Amino acid sequence: MADSHLVDIHIMGERHRVPDSLTILQAFEYAGYKLVRGVGCRGGFCGACATVYRLPGDYHLKFALACQTKIEPDMQLAMIPFYPANRSTYRLSELKGEAKEVLDLYPEMLRCLGCNTCTKSCPQDIDVLGYVAAIVRGDLAAAADISFDCIMCGLCVSRCPAELVKHNAALLCRRIYGRNLAPKSEHLARRREEIGAGRFQADLAGLKKQPKDELKKRYAERDIEPGE
Amino acid sequence: MQDSLNALVTTREKRMSETFPRATAEAKEELLKGFHPDYRAETFAALRIGPNAGDRTPRELALLLEADSTLPKMGTVPPGGLSPFSPAIDLSKPDYDCDVLIIGGGGAGCSAAIMADNAGAKVMIATKLRLGDANTMMAQGGIQAADKESDSPAIHYVDVMGGGHFGNTPDLVEALVSDAPEAIGWLEDLGAMFDKNPDGSMKTIHGGGTSRRRMHTARDYTGAEIMRTLRDEVRSRSDITLLEFSPAVELLTDASGEVTGAILQNLNLNRYSVVRAKVVIITTGGSGRLHYQGFPTSNHYGATGDGLVLAYRAGAHLAFIDTMQYHPTGAAYPQQILGLLVTEKVRSIGAQLVNSEGNQFIFPLETRDVVASAIIRECSLNKCVTTPTAVQAVWLDTPMIEIRRGPGTVKRELPAMVRQFGRHGIDIAKEPMLVYPTLHYQNGGVEITAECATNVKGLLVAGEASGGVHGRNRLMGNSLLDVIVFGRRAGIAAANVAKERTGDPQLGLTHVEHWRKDLQSKGLASEVKSPLLLPDYTRKAS
Ligand SMILES: Cc1cc2nc3c(=O)[nH]c(=O)nc-3n(C[C@H](O)[C@H](O)[C@H](O)COP(=O)(O)OP(=O)(O)OC[C@H]3O[C@@H](n4cnc5c(N)ncnc54)[C@H](O)[C@@H]3O)c2cc1C
Ligand code: SF4
Ligand code: SF4
Repeated sequence: MADSHLVDIHIMGERHRVPDSLTILQAFEYAGYKLVRGVGCRGGFCGACATVYRLPGDYHLKFALACQTKIEPDMQLAMIPFYPANRSTYRLSELKGEAKEVLDLYPEMLRCLGCNTCTKSCPQDIDVLGYVAAIVRGDLAAAADISFDCIMCGLCVSRCPAELVKHNAALLCRRIYGRNLAPKSEHLARRREEIGAGRFQADLAGLKKQPKDELKKRYAERDIEPGE
Repeated sequence: MQDSLNALVTTREKRMSETFPRATAEAKEELLKGFHPDYRAETFAALRIGPNAGDRTPRELALLLEADSTLPKMGTVPPGGLSPFSPAIDLSKPDYDCDVLIIGGGGAGCSAAIMADNAGAKVMIATKLRLGDANTMMAQGGIQAADKESDSPAIHYVDVMGGGHFGNTPDLVEALVSDAPEAIGWLEDLGAMFDKNPDGSMKTIHGGGTSRRRMHTARDYTGAEIMRTLRDEVRSRSDITLLEFSPAVELLTDASGEVTGAILQNLNLNRYSVVRAKVVIITTGGSGRLHYQGFPTSNHYGATGDGLVLAYRAGAHLAFIDTMQYHPTGAAYPQQILGLLVTEKVRSIGAQLVNSEGNQFIFPLETRDVVASAIIRECSLNKCVTTPTAVQAVWLDTPMIEIRRGPGTVKRELPAMVRQFGRHGIDIAKEPMLVYPTLHYQNGGVEITAECATNVKGLLVAGEASGGVHGRNRLMGNSLLDVIVFGRRAGIAAANVAKERTGDPQLGLTHVEHWRKDLQSKGLASEVKSPLLLPDYTRKAS
């Protein structure tokens, strides 16, 4: 860190001088915060570190994941580690798997104004309006596909003038799609049946008894299926 | 860096048609002994106390396993650091009562909770941060299962044993491979979306050390897809009690040493609570945040090995704690993502590892320990690139993927990777990555049976916190499988144990008192306390 340059940033209004090579999360820690909120995986997968910031001379509000974003000089920032989000009550196994059920459970989705603010605020660059629109028209496959990379950080929820908690509705779409709508895998069903019928038990019992040397030999000689 | 990049580009065409030969068993052995971090004897210590006394483990883990409890001394009021609201810990009035207490809300914990709930047990999950802030959420590459015609559980078994250098516990491997197709089917029934062909067949690929293409994927968000599905299922079950920001800091035991509950510490309020349970399942995952040998890590913030500490203090035997997995491809550049994982899927779909001279030096899909050792060897031979922040690295030639499989492949197959590097201005479809091994996985843990039982009554363990399934080296895709298979098994077994246990379990901390006496008598009493709960990165900016 010796040769990196120090810059000012403002964490919730407080000025800190930190090396310019840090991520926002590292800058918090450099400044002395030992975080419990606003940090989870530190790798961009859990959505715990949603952050909003502004740069001097720019009226736009900007959005980031603190663990994945390098700081910028003079940025003013705050984390939004928690944002209230309603989740409807359901048991997936009791749903029929119809598109209508998503709107029954989240009827407010119909209130979307189409303003696209959500898309602009998504740190994953997801077409959020695109999946909300798919939910509204009952196209669960599209909603599941478009929303797939959502890490449920809640930034789009915080910005929505229609107050929609879309990431929860999208999660329901993906679960219904995965359970009911995706084409069934016949080889998987067959293998589950075979295992249920005990078809491989004897093979495995035999392998378990094999002396290490024989197993080693078998491993060294195993044939390897070609890549695609 | 630029010279070496030129060398890489120049040799690419020749390398496109070149398959680096797989290493022989002897060559692998030599690589491991010469270069794998597990063989740096000076970085290990022999444990001096507890059920594994005499066994070797990384110094950083030994320090915590041999440490004192964080609880205030028995019979005293907690010191000033605690909130004034918190009275001394009163074991006679448990704050919560349940059949099954699950410590750790990752993939294994949630699977266990769902199965125990199905069996009618009263379930409680206590987790450190939020539900799903876990290594499971971060898994990218995939999950193995022998569900295709060309494959079988037996073939899978041989791959697992070979990958683990034949030290794996056979019963555990048998359970892993036999339950695998059921695990995938179960996840799908819960609504997880796997990558499929239009006819419904699973899109499967190779992983390091697999002899069949049995890696099931959900883009490169496989773990996130599994974790958010399980989390939503847990949340939709109103009978499961969930406590977030409430790590366990000690187990509770009765006079005979059986586990009967745990003490939790609320991280927001710094307040203790007491849970009484008929059975406890530890599913606290790994310990990458202990940064063994100073390695950066791919793990989540709370991966501090707490479960091992708690179980060890209560008398549980650990297995394979002298071996850690260093994932060959951690990001070495840019500095902001140092140590974060570059999924093995990048190699599965065609990228080669290349040294600073533009040459391949290892078959890209050898097992992880072998590939990591080969990279460390190249660096020791000075055939590496040094980044502007003085990190050594080799190339991972990602542009090859689209040359081989057509434009758009990288974005479609590796959206998380594209984002991670794109945020720092690197287009991995066009520019190669710089990588170096990163601390990734705890191969060992608490020794378990195929029903997740330990040598301590009332204590079950599943997932990365357990040891034996993977022997000395885990294969890609077998850990997600492990957490589902053994998480489910633990949930079922726990519900059964709870049914058999009648009467209210007695709550005590005798094992901690004994531990303290033992530390004293061996002259090991020190200021170090554990579990660690969270690493401290303040002011170090790493
Ligand atoms: C970046 C990355 C990529 C990976 N990719 C793959 C892959 O492609 N395929 C694969 O098979 N495996 C992969 N793995 C490994 C795999 O994801 C993990 O080993 C596995 O998910 C562990 O699951 P778990 O449930 O045992 O632990 P975790 O998912 O880590 O969950 C443990 C939970 O316990 C909590 N906890 C910890 N201490 C306490 C305490 N004291 N009290 C209460 N709660 C506590 C934690 O906060 C966490 O929520 C990857 C791992 C990482 C880090
Ligand atoms: S921000 Fe809300 S109202 Fe605007 S487009 Fe998105 S979902 Fe619709
Ligand atoms: S869709 Fe919303 S919740 Fe999901 S990642 Fe984007 S901003 Fe976050």
